[in-house]
Amino acid sequence: MTDTDHGLADADTDHGHVELSAVVLSEEFVSTDAPASPEVAEYAMWLGDDALILAQRLGGWITRAPELEEDVALANIALDLLGHARSLLRYAGSATGRTEDDLAYWRDETGFRSAHLFEQPNGDFAHTIVRQFAAAHYLHPLYERLRASTDPVLAGVAAKAVKEVDYHRDHADQWMLRLALGTDESRRRTLRAMEDVWPYVDELFSDDAAGGDDLFAALDGVAVRPSSLREPFEAEVAPVLTEAQLEPPTAFHAAGGGRLGRHSEYLAPLLAELQVLARQHPGASW
Amino acid sequence: MTAEAWPLWEVFVRASRGLSHVHVGSLHAPDEELAVRNARDLYTRRGEGVSIWVVRSDLITASDPDAKDAFFTAPEGKNFRHATYYTAAEGVKHL
Repeated sequence: MTDTDHGLADADTDHGHVELSAVVLSEEFVSTDAPASPEVAEYAMWLGDDALILAQRLGGWITRAPELEEDVALANIALDLLGHARSLLRYAGSATGRTEDDLAYWRDETGFRSAHLFEQPNGDFAHTIVRQFAAAHYLHPLYERLRASTDPVLAGVAAKAVKEVDYHRDHADQWMLRLALGTDESRRRTLRAMEDVWPYVDELFSDDAAGGDDLFAALDGVAVRPSSLREPFEAEVAPVLTEAQLEPPTAFHAAGGGRLGRHSEYLAPLLAELQVLARQHPGASW
Repeated sequence: MTAEAWPLWEVFVRASRGLSHVHVGSLHAPDEELAVRNARDLYTRRGEGVSIWVVRSDLITASDPDAKDAFFTAPEGKNFRHATYYTAAEGVKHL
């Protein structure tokens, strides 16, 4: 369709007119023809599952956020993460001839490699924001470094993701300050959320889960060692926590085990909701 | 919640360098920083702009909608208000 076929060309231009026929789905993915090695696939699954599970969690806020505008903000973040998950799981599946949908819909709980932080319940808005705060400040230095990966797909995903995650951390920072320094009620809830969520941060920086030390020896130059992210994470969160007058609780660290497929009681119900449609109607498309 | 509803903000987006900011709509936000961010999420996700302005709606002074005649009567018979009413002098070649 050309602009002369209809009289709306100028009006459309004002709103960023997009020719639907020009939207090519494959361009949403970063991919190559070469399949991932088993080690690269395992690492891509860690990252892809983190993004998929967090996207599904955030989707739970749609129609339920405190205001319509925040509803849209959380949904946008969820969609960004879902985009990362699609590229990463597609690549992870290439090692074993599986599609992104095979991995998302047809693995059971023990097959998922996501860290426990991402499956934690939405709780109240403060819980969601503290979880976002931790997640975004972990993902930002991760993707920043992964841009230099010798693996072209991982580097490509990271180059796209880092800009989006940069916005996610800004969104979380803004809300951390407002909730922590807002009313007595919002501060009380933020402190409670820090107690509940922060113990799950430690797992993000563990190299040795799932034989990780061997894995990361094999992925030298390809992957980012989780332990190398603790320092940049702490450097990013410290000024915000100071301004928000919050102390990260250190008394208790959750056991973790997500990279080994050992999950908390929260993942199974989340997967049931994520997978029910695809499993009841195999091959359905929409 | 309604008693503490967020204030309303008007959003202006500039499509590209050299153009003016154009009013695109309004939204709710607790303060100006989050208003800019909400505007980014609501109005610029599909490449609509390169710059956002927000202003609290209650800070805008508007013309009185009932004062239509006094303010906006069409300038019929007042062609001299348009530049084309005037003929160019012969000596002016590039006007």
